[in-house]
Amino acid sequence: MMLISAAMTLVVGHELQSAEPKEEKQRLRKEKKQHKKNKKDDRGPPEKEKEKEKASVPAPSKPATQSPAHKAAPVPVNASASESPVAAEKPAKSKAELRAERRARQDSERASKQGKKEGGQQSTSSKPKATPNELQPVVKRLPDHVQVDDPVALKKLAKKLERQQKSGQGCSLNITGVKVPLRSDYGYKVSLFSHLHQYSRKNPPTQQISIPVTVIHPSIVRLGLQYSQGIIAGSNARSVALLHAFKQVIQDYSTPPNEELSRDLVNKLSPYISFLSQCRPLSASMGNAIKYIKKEISNIPSQCKEEEAKRILQECIDSYINEKIILASEAISKYAIEKISDGDVILVYGCSSLVNHILCEAFEKQRKFRVIVVDSRPRLEGREALRRLVKKGIRCTYVLISALSYILPEVSKVFLGAHALLANGYVMSRVGTSQIALVAKAYNVPVLVCCETYKFCERVQTDSFVSNELDDPDDLIVTRNGKTHLENWQTVKSLGLLNLVYDVTPPDFVDLVITDLGMIPCTSVPVVLRVKNVDQ
Amino acid sequence: EIHEPEEVSVWFREGSSCCQETLARNQRFTETPVNMPGADKETDLSERIESFLSELKRCGSGAGSLRGSAETARETTALLRRITAQARWGNAGELMEIIRKEGRRMTAAQPSETTVGNMIRRVLKIIREEYARSRGSSEETDQQESLHKLLTSGGSSEDNFRQHFTHLKANVIEAINELLTELEGTTDNISMQALEHIHSNEVIMTIGRSRTVEAFLKDAARKRKFHVIVAECAPFCQGHEMATSLCKEDIETTVIPDAAIFAVMSRVNKVIIGTQTVLANGGLRAVNGTHTLALAAKHHSTPLIVCAPMFKLSPQFPNEEDTFHKFVSPHEVLPFTEGEILSKVNAHCPVFDYVPPELITLFISNIGGNAPSYIYRLMSELYHPEDHEL
Repeated sequence: MMLISAAMTLVVGHELQSAEPKEEKQRLRKEKKQHKKNKKDDRGPPEKEKEKEKASVPAPSKPATQSPAHKAAPVPVNASASESPVAAEKPAKSKAELRAERRARQDSERASKQGKKEGGQQSTSSKPKATPNELQPVVKRLPDHVQVDDPVALKKLAKKLERQQKSGQGCSLNITGVKVPLRSDYGYKVSLFSHLHQYSRKNPPTQQISIPVTVIHPSIVRLGLQYSQGIIAGSNARSVALLHAFKQVIQDYSTPPNEELSRDLVNKLSPYISFLSQCRPLSASMGNAIKYIKKEISNIPSQCKEEEAKRILQECIDSYINEKIILASEAISKYAIEKISDGDVILVYGCSSLVNHILCEAFEKQRKFRVIVVDSRPRLEGREALRRLVKKGIRCTYVLISALSYILPEVSKVFLGAHALLANGYVMSRVGTSQIALVAKAYNVPVLVCCETYKFCERVQTDSFVSNELDDPDDLIVTRNGKTHLENWQTVKSLGLLNLVYDVTPPDFVDLVITDLGMIPCTSVPVVLRVKNVDQ
Repeated sequence: EIHEPEEVSVWFREGSSCCQETLARNQRFTETPVNMPGADKETDLSERIESFLSELKRCGSGAGSLRGSAETARETTALLRRITAQARWGNAGELMEIIRKEGRRMTAAQPSETTVGNMIRRVLKIIREEYARSRGSSEETDQQESLHKLLTSGGSSEDNFRQHFTHLKANVIEAINELLTELEGTTDNISMQALEHIHSNEVIMTIGRSRTVEAFLKDAARKRKFHVIVAECAPFCQGHEMATSLCKEDIETTVIPDAAIFAVMSRVNKVIIGTQTVLANGGLRAVNGTHTLALAAKHHSTPLIVCAPMFKLSPQFPNEEDTFHKFVSPHEVLPFTEGEILSKVNAHCPVFDYVPPELITLFISNIGGNAPSYIYRLMSELYHPEDHEL
């Protein structure tokens, strides 16, 4: 909303409105600081709902499909869980004052803002008047999952999760004490990674939820458990499972009285998303899928009946899955098969659903090649890929990643899958991918990355430290002949185990990226993102 | 007929195969005729050689406890000293022939254990030197086969070794004792240089388990505080042992899987590794995964330091044919529990990696630090060119 955005930009200070009277800004800022300390417990859905109502009244000219109140903050692309705390942190003022202020400000702003860009609102609402080359604020809010070392951020997250319990109180039953659990870290964290979470697989977050669960839909609980135990793994699998769970949620959803589906449903989804990100940090593909859903939900016209709206949403989700994942993989296979010639020796790493699909298709089209599957501890995902390829009848060789230098002279091409493609051309993928690309470059073997466009994300990253995921460190303990050396690693003071999940590959190691839009070099990712933004 | 009690215990301790044991025992009982001291010594010697060979064959499989190269070197040298002392030879040429013959058998038992061959070549060089010294000719320049020498010397120096010297045996044994002392001090010599290379608050990366590097780091840890990242080196995961051993000295250690080597390399200040063999061109034959580590270090311009004692220097050149690589059972890589796919898949488990000399910054050995380009010179001082082929 105009109102909230103005307030936010005053707080954040990025708005480019030069015509704005500066004195008014400063006065408002002082008032905010005054009220900030008194109003901590009044924050919550009652306040929010009232704000929404107030805001909706003085803004008849705005398109009705604006995003709900608490999404005013610029949304970072990959973590939807960070949206609500920002607006919630805004200090609440007394209602009459707020109303008056807003009216006054809005009148003046509306006058000055005609034809000026809205700027800075990266929310998922549709903005038909936003031009593609508007300036975005440079600093997006940092996602929660990389601020583990900051106690202030952790406190905010805990409060937000508590609050989300209350926000689910649209329905009749009020079981207090049920909240989105805050998962605690496990084990000694290597100091370089103290800003990331490290969870143990033995303590799933569902242990802290009492039954029956009213806040979180059971299919989401199941999904979260499957994520945290590693039962569903892989970027595409996780996104598809998420979308199916959301379909179920939408099916079971019923609009409470005095609520609009387009706003309330999005509110309902927020605690689910927080829960899922507690189970396992969201992937880039999941983040994009969630953005899409939220946008679609907000686009539902308010006159639409509930059944109709649900049907529309289910269709949207189905078409998203079909278009972005299934058809995309068909298109990518088509392009990739042109690159596979007879007599090739192809190296693949780990288990990428897309690469497996490409190889199976190529085999069906009677290409003659053999595959070398490289695998790494502790996940050993390559064995799954091996099973699938062997079932198809493809000739395979299997080695561990430490034998890479031995096997690479035989290889003619390397096919890699990706978890996400970052805007500066870096490829984020399973840990070990960058190593494969490095050694392949040293032996002059071409490296081809296969990635659907829905995994492109606007983040930039240059190393594997600032934003990563730490897996359960107990996975590294291995027994050979029944004995291990690292059994009691927790008791040893100076020993740490590091189990990274992702790493980033620099674009100079990658020769080609095969996407559903065609074959592009790594550095063309921001172009594709720009084209996508224009389309939307 | 039982000579020294330790012999019997040698057999039982090593637990050699049944037939070999009975064969040897029969040999002992039947072959020793009426108390001939020379015959006693010969059988004793051949037993020892046989036991050494069988142990070499067994220990190289990779599944048992891997012996350190230092132990192997020491045992080889001790055995060679025993051969010099107990075998029958009249002049230097005969001794060298005997040693060469035994040496060929020993290297054939375990071709990847190059320290055995290296020690044999060292001893041969010692014999040549002692011979030359006994002859009185101060031919320190004998090793350098300059063109001038080739032109003027005329015949080969082979027949020169036929002369008999009474004190040759004693001299050779004394020189071998010196060699043994040198071998015992190598790890300490290398560790003493640790403080020159490690500063405080460094992050050092290593891979697998090397006793030399372990001693190196422990020595530096007595005075400096630093952090060590150990790559576990699948499938045997010897990095775990290394990490627990380093932690005992209160060194901050982190264990990472092999796949994360490139990911964490950007924060590493130095890479310090050990090796199995240093090849004649300055390259390495090291545990698998080292080449990836070296490439990652090169990409980030991180110095790669190799701690290798001099007895690991071998006059072999890398040839990527069948003789370079050694494989162990692929059961380590793809266990038998994966039964259905096992028969349709080739699995490889190589043990060694070749690292070219361009990727190495420094060699630290018991005689000091050297660049890889200097290795050829050190080799010419240790071994005689005619001994390169045993």
